[in-house]
Amino acid sequence: MRNFIVFLLSTIPTLALGDWEVNLPRGVTPTSVLAYDLHMLIFYITVIIGIGVFGVMFYSIIHHRKSKGVVPANFHENTKIEIVWTVIPFLILVGMAIPATQALILMEDTSEAEVTLKVTGYQWMWKYEYLEDNVSFLSRIDSESNKARKLNSGVDVSNVKNYLLEVDNPIVLPVNAKIRLLLTAGDVIHAWWVPELGGKKDAVPGFVNEMWFNINKPGIYRGQCAELCGKDHAFMPIVVKAVSKAEYEKWVMNQQNNNKIANKK
Amino acid sequence: MNTDADHLHEDHKTGIMRWITTTNHKDIGTLYLFLSLTMFFVGGAMALIIRAELFQPGLQLVNPDFFNQMTTMHALIMIFGALMPALVGLANWQIPLMIGAPDMALPRLNNWSFWILPFALGMLGSTLFFEGGAPAAGWTLYPPLVLQGGDALPYAIFSIHLLGLSSILGAINIIATILNMRAPGMTLMKMPMFVWTWLITAFLLIAVMPVLAGAVTMLLTDRFFGTSFFTASGGGDPVMFQHIFWFFGHPEVYILILPAFGVISTIIPTFSRKKLFGYDSMVYATASIALLSFIVWAHHMFTVGMPLAGEIFFMMTTMLIAVPTGVKVFNWIATMWKGSMTFETPMLFSLAFIVLFTIGGFSGLMMAITPVDFQYHDTYFIVAHFHYVLVPGSVFAVIAAVYFWLPKWTGKMYDETLGKTHFWLTTIFVNITFFPQHFVGLAGMPRRIPDYAVQFTDFNAISTIGSFGFGIAQILFLYILYKTLKQDVTADNKVWEGAEGLEWTLPSPPPYHSFEEPPKVE
Ligand SMILES: [Cu+2]
Repeated sequence: MRNFIVFLLSTIPTLALGDWEVNLPRGVTPTSVLAYDLHMLIFYITVIIGIGVFGVMFYSIIHHRKSKGVVPANFHENTKIEIVWTVIPFLILVGMAIPATQALILMEDTSEAEVTLKVTGYQWMWKYEYLEDNVSFLSRIDSESNKARKLNSGVDVSNVKNYLLEVDNPIVLPVNAKIRLLLTAGDVIHAWWVPELGGKKDAVPGFVNEMWFNINKPGIYRGQCAELCGKDHAFMPIVVKAVSKAEYEKWVMNQQNNNKIANKK
Repeated sequence: MNTDADHLHEDHKTGIMRWITTTNHKDIGTLYLFLSLTMFFVGGAMALIIRAELFQPGLQLVNPDFFNQMTTMHALIMIFGALMPALVGLANWQIPLMIGAPDMALPRLNNWSFWILPFALGMLGSTLFFEGGAPAAGWTLYPPLVLQGGDALPYAIFSIHLLGLSSILGAINIIATILNMRAPGMTLMKMPMFVWTWLITAFLLIAVMPVLAGAVTMLLTDRFFGTSFFTASGGGDPVMFQHIFWFFGHPEVYILILPAFGVISTIIPTFSRKKLFGYDSMVYATASIALLSFIVWAHHMFTVGMPLAGEIFFMMTTMLIAVPTGVKVFNWIATMWKGSMTFETPMLFSLAFIVLFTIGGFSGLMMAITPVDFQYHDTYFIVAHFHYVLVPGSVFAVIAAVYFWLPKWTGKMYDETLGKTHFWLTTIFVNITFFPQHFVGLAGMPRRIPDYAVQFTDFNAISTIGSFGFGIAQILFLYILYKTLKQDVTADNKVWEGAEGLEWTLPSPPPYHSFEEPPKVE
């Protein structure tokens, strides 16, 4: 018992580290913002319906109880009201479906991309190929996280910077450009997901899936594999560095030179 | 006639053989319920291992592979070992009592459908002790990952075949009983709602269990006999498995919830002392939910890369389910409206069901919206959603049913104060466990991971504390059952003032052959 209390107390510093985030990120792409706005819209609609439905229910629970001497009423059907509460929800759903379909059509339009990045999932790393620029590399969890995440590693993971969300080779992408991802996998199904860039997509062996985004703010965005892919599924993070176009072009040149040097060796 | 009855009672063995050879619907119902209770604790222990590991970031207790075995086995055991047997157990006990029949239509088949289960579940559980461990690819068994599994896979597949066989036999029996053995005068549209929901559920079972069997058989041949149904390198399609699996999986979800709806539709009118509002629309709503369940499956796999038209179709059909589900909730509330309510334990669990299941329904509606589901998919938001509909949904309904009918089954009344304590502890802890999972999911925590980034720590710690509280509260449930069973028979025939239905015309406990003479229903 004493050990257990000590254990609980020892967790307090870790608790202070969390950031109590409760909602989807709004994100930095038109598609992530679209998803966020729809999410909030539907959320508020359900909150309003919830307040109405539970309000009536709790009114009834408080007022229509035997202890208050209420004699039960006799009604047990009312065609009019039953039609009303079938039709109104249907109309609300139609109201939701219209913006949702519009968003979906936009999200699935991968045409006219400026940069095409091929993503291949492996157990347990990602391979990235910049198809136009002939740059490619593997991206794995960084070594510090990798050491700390071992069973009973003895490392206090709260001291590890970006624990489980840091890689050795991050993706670099330009801002304000339509980026198209081609996703596939080499062994089992994985899913590529960076919440702030919008939704995820499965990387399926033997298939090529597509998704796109257009990052409107420079920064570093983190995510991870979202489809169970075996024992190290939790340990294949994704890091995207979004930079200005000029910086991006410089980075591509550097990568190409590095590749040449590596090839000569 | 008399000699017949005497003869039957001579056959009535005692001791362990009574339970092994029994063809009596009450004995078999009891067996189902005890098996379910046991599996509820086994699956619950696995959940606590999962939650203990997730209490803090970093790996402290188990390695990732064992963690994956736990998530896989927790789901399989809870679905096939705890919830389905509980619902079939309730069907066995209640359907003959509610329709005025002496027993189920096919008693020997009934014995078989139960006794397959312990062996199937034992085989599934034994894989935990194999070298390489139990299946670890998630209960959805997606290839190609599941094909990387060790020796556990064929055992798990055979076990799923047996579980499916048991379900199909049980479903055949339920349909045969309901269609052939109703008391004179009980037309279909006069049947109690619980019987209606089970009739529809039984058809769902017969429709989809063979689909699951087919899917896992294809996995088996892919793994051992050189086929490539799901292997891309051999010309197969790994995504096809997901389509077949969810064609089973979505109706399966309703198999777990429709009988729960039936329980709630029985309990709410009883303690409101008022007839169920909108009986006809309840029947139609149940049937439409069942029919819709066949055309929504791909909403479980929106991120798999479907054509736009497919995504729009599955989004809209999924949203449609909100209409009949809403009708049910509105009908329950209209039943309470201007009733004369009391709040015994079964009623409390039913009221919590309505609120918390509806919250699960709301998050379900949110994830029907495909463009947003791209964010929600495979996160803890999903985990929160399906636990809300399954735990304070189906599980609460089963617990409510047990409190409601236990005095009828045994003639012994449970301790109301303890029952209410059990209710409040369970309801508070279930919310502490699952509500924070919405938050971490939205904030970006994927499901099925043994370790997470530190920003998810707080809500995971809270969730873990809640889960242990929930577990401990269920030990109180065991004690309440024990305390009830060891006392003397005292309950009235009609235990609840507002109760209606044929089962309350029988003594408590009811005679061995429920209705020897069919009652008349006007
Ligand atoms: Cu992966």
